[in-house]
Amino acid sequence: MAKLIDVSDLNIYYGSFLAVEDVSMTIEPRAVTALIGPSGCGKSTFLRSLNRMHEVIPDARVEGKVVMDGQDLYDKDVDPVSVRQHIGMVFQRPNPFPTMSIYDNVAAGVRLNAKRMRKKDMDDLVESSLRGANLWNEVKDRLDKPGMGLSGGQQQRLCIARAIAIRPSVLLMDEPCSALDPISTLAVEDLIAELKNEYTIVIVTHNMQQAARVSDQTGFFNLAAIGKPGRLIELDSTSTIFSNPSQKATEDYISGRFG
Amino acid sequence: MTTTTGRTPQPSQDALAAIEQPLSKAALPRWAPWGVLAAAVVVALAVLLPGGTSVAAVAVLAGLLHLLLIGVVSRVKEGGRKAADRLVTALVTMAFLIAMVPLVSVVWTVVSRGAARFDATFFTYSMQGIVGEGGGGLHAIWGTVIVTLLATVISVPIGLMTAVYLVEYGGKSALSRAITFLVDVMTGIPSIVAGLFVVALFALLVGPRPRIALMGAIALSVLMIPVVVRSTEEMLKLVPNDLREAAYALGVPKWRTIVKVVLRTSLSGIATGVTLAVARVAGETAPLLLTVGLATRTNFDPLVGQIATLPVFAYYQYTQPGVPAQAGVDRAWTAALVLIILVMALNLVARLISRYFSPKGGR
Amino acid sequence: MSTPTRAPERDPGRGSIATGAKRPGDGIFRGTATAAGTLILLTLAAVAAFLMWQSLPAFTTDDEIPRGSLTAYIGPLLFGTVLAAVIALVVATPVAVGIGLFISHFAPRRAAQGLGYLVDLLAAVPSIVYGIWGAVVLSQAMLPIYGWLADNLGFIPLFAGPASASGRTIFTAGLVLAVMVLPIITALARDIFLQTPRLHEEAALALGATRWEMIRYAVLPYARSGVVSAAMLGLGRALGETMAVALVLSVSNVVTFNLISNTNPGTIAANIALQFPEAAGVETNVLIASGLALFVITFLVNFAARWIVARSGVKA
Ligand SMILES: Nc1ncnc2c1ncn2[C@@H]1O[C@H](COP(=O)(O)OP(=O)(O)OP(=O)(O)O)[C@@H](O)[C@H]1O
Ligand SMILES: [Mg+2]
Repeated sequence: MAKLIDVSDLNIYYGSFLAVEDVSMTIEPRAVTALIGPSGCGKSTFLRSLNRMHEVIPDARVEGKVVMDGQDLYDKDVDPVSVRQHIGMVFQRPNPFPTMSIYDNVAAGVRLNAKRMRKKDMDDLVESSLRGANLWNEVKDRLDKPGMGLSGGQQQRLCIARAIAIRPSVLLMDEPCSALDPISTLAVEDLIAELKNEYTIVIVTHNMQQAARVSDQTGFFNLAAIGKPGRLIELDSTSTIFSNPSQKATEDYISGRFG
Repeated sequence: MTTTTGRTPQPSQDALAAIEQPLSKAALPRWAPWGVLAAAVVVALAVLLPGGTSVAAVAVLAGLLHLLLIGVVSRVKEGGRKAADRLVTALVTMAFLIAMVPLVSVVWTVVSRGAARFDATFFTYSMQGIVGEGGGGLHAIWGTVIVTLLATVISVPIGLMTAVYLVEYGGKSALSRAITFLVDVMTGIPSIVAGLFVVALFALLVGPRPRIALMGAIALSVLMIPVVVRSTEEMLKLVPNDLREAAYALGVPKWRTIVKVVLRTSLSGIATGVTLAVARVAGETAPLLLTVGLATRTNFDPLVGQIATLPVFAYYQYTQPGVPAQAGVDRAWTAALVLIILVMALNLVARLISRYFSPKGGR
Repeated sequence: MSTPTRAPERDPGRGSIATGAKRPGDGIFRGTATAAGTLILLTLAAVAAFLMWQSLPAFTTDDEIPRGSLTAYIGPLLFGTVLAAVIALVVATPVAVGIGLFISHFAPRRAAQGLGYLVDLLAAVPSIVYGIWGAVVLSQAMLPIYGWLADNLGFIPLFAGPASASGRTIFTAGLVLAVMVLPIITALARDIFLQTPRLHEEAALALGATRWEMIRYAVLPYARSGVVSAAMLGLGRALGETMAVALVLSVSNVVTFNLISNTNPGTIAANIALQFPEAAGVETNVLIASGLALFVITFLVNFAARWIVARSGVKA
């Protein structure tokens, strides 16, 4: 069940360095939200703070609120591990577990948490997740082969299958296509379009066309200057951002006139 | 490029001539070093044979002659720079060959002298009730297995968890830096000092001079733990952070991520390191001399009584062979041979583990 | 709790995010890891503490100390320890550097790794085996050389002779130690040579340098401090080596620079191995005190080696 996320007054730090400042936004359910902006403006940082992956980095911390389902994810007694079971993540570089087969990679979220599941249920889960990631037909005959043996694009879809196998409500994707060729990119984009029927999706991308193709709303991040924290400049429906943005900086960035 | 005005310094004619290098120079043919070597050997034989000689003497003289000849010939034909190059090539090759001399000599000696008692009796009998000939090293083989296994059982969990602490939890904390430093220190502890430490420790715990297998195992652990920590640490550092993050993002707690992803991924590397560490301590003699003593029969109890181990057995059979002395010395050589085989087999196993069990299809 | 275990056909909705639940697993695991690390600290502290505590009686006793006083006992041993280790180092370091260069820059690429393994095999021979080999084979092989040295170079104090008839001299012991530390120094030297930035090497070659010139101007300057510290680590090892010396040397506890006679200084480690099994009373404490001295020296040597590495920033 897709869920709405409400972010308010979020400041994100690495140690004493304020990387992202004062972000407030609403991420709509059953929709794709794209985040764009120049390199180093804090898109990844912001994305990782949505499922509390940010604090995996030593000394990293967050101030502000991220509310999902009426629950502030940064509330003192919220378990970050449980947050990540609800908000899945796909990384820039495909990262299947090298010691595991394709099957085991998809089952990893369940297995690594030592959850017991009947063989039949597990088979079903793996199949439906791989189908969900549009990979089933390509790998159904070699489920016991190493996940590392797939092509880069297949590996990335395997990682998506792995992420949706734990049935999250939200899926975060950090430049999921940047390591892929155009055809694999298209496959993943098609997949995103399908997945949004069930999931809330947030995707970071440097590819303007991609943002325009897959997203329903788009947020533009920018740096005031080098060394200053990144900020959310504006968030609007994708068509508005690309045709008629309210901020000059957004227009400059999108049209390529960017310092 | 300098673009200063005024006079640009010009190199002298001599300097230019020295820099100038024709594309093809007079060069010795490819077989030249071998030819020179053959000549050197022939000359050495001619000089030394009349007075009666040894292989070693011929080799030494031939080596020196080779250096001399190749240097002179190359200098004349190819010039000084090339001659220096050839001389160094010959020198470093000789360094390698020199190192092979003791290796071959040790292996040859131990195999040829150890063969005498490398028989079924040696592997089926202990020294219980044996005076003079006969008897075997079965009790010592068991002893080495027991003490080494115990040491492994003590060292691996401690070493492994310490490495996990250093890589996954410690970060740059003071404790983690102190541990890193002390592990380095520990790597350099002389083995005999490790033995003394355990003797002193048990003198406090149970009174003077017990000698039991457990003490030996603890002494070996002091030597083994730093090796395990170092090699495991290296392996854990090689696990890409991507994989940890992939697991965290699936809602896997940190400890499960470490056990099931990080340790699992580096398993073959860790196993290799542990095997090499075992090989390193299996041949240790000095600490066992002080801590486990020697027995004539097989002792399976690590907590009671002295226990024979291969190195200590070899030591006493060699230094106190009894009558007839040859019987004891033969047993010493065979014990040494068994020990070498054991240690080299462990080394081989380590290489095989790292070759065949590391995760395939890396990026 | 979330229920990712639910079969996929069912409604993918789940309970809400867990709050207040503590994860004991994480705490326990972290605690265990920290405890293991701390145990190492304690062990090392214990080694130092127990050695000191057990050697204390040697300082305070009224009983007879072997050879009069503690300094008179440990002094010659310390001298022998350092002498044997220095011989080992002087012999092993140039050879190790040569082998390191041979494997890293001269041997055919495909053979290099295999040749490296061969040298590593030297490290796989147990010290007791080196000891017996040194006593039986090497000392015999050295006899003619000692005879020649005494006859022809006898004016140098080191070779004053008279040449030992058994060959079991401090020089033989030093040679055995050299063989034992050779693989250690070689392995480190080789790794350091291999780490020379390719760019420097190619720059040198592009200037028309021969292989030796490239090594002299690009590789050796880069590797110098690494090689020094490799040699120091080898020294640390040679200082503490026990059985090889115990078996090879015929000891008479003198202080002499004569390397080839049959009156030789002993070494601390070998002396402990030889005397401890039969020692009793205060003699035990004296031996432990000598062990403490050895511990301190090897500690200092290793510490210096690490310090050089850390300072130069070469990863050994
Ligand atoms: N682990 C870290 N420790 C310290 N600072 C970091 C860390 N990761 C990122 N930063 C800093 O945080 C800021 C934002 O980085 P972030 O990776 O979020 O940018 P980004 O928008 O994702 O860039 P890109 O488009 O290149 O991926 C940068 O100034 C970066 O240097
Ligand atoms: Mg990024």
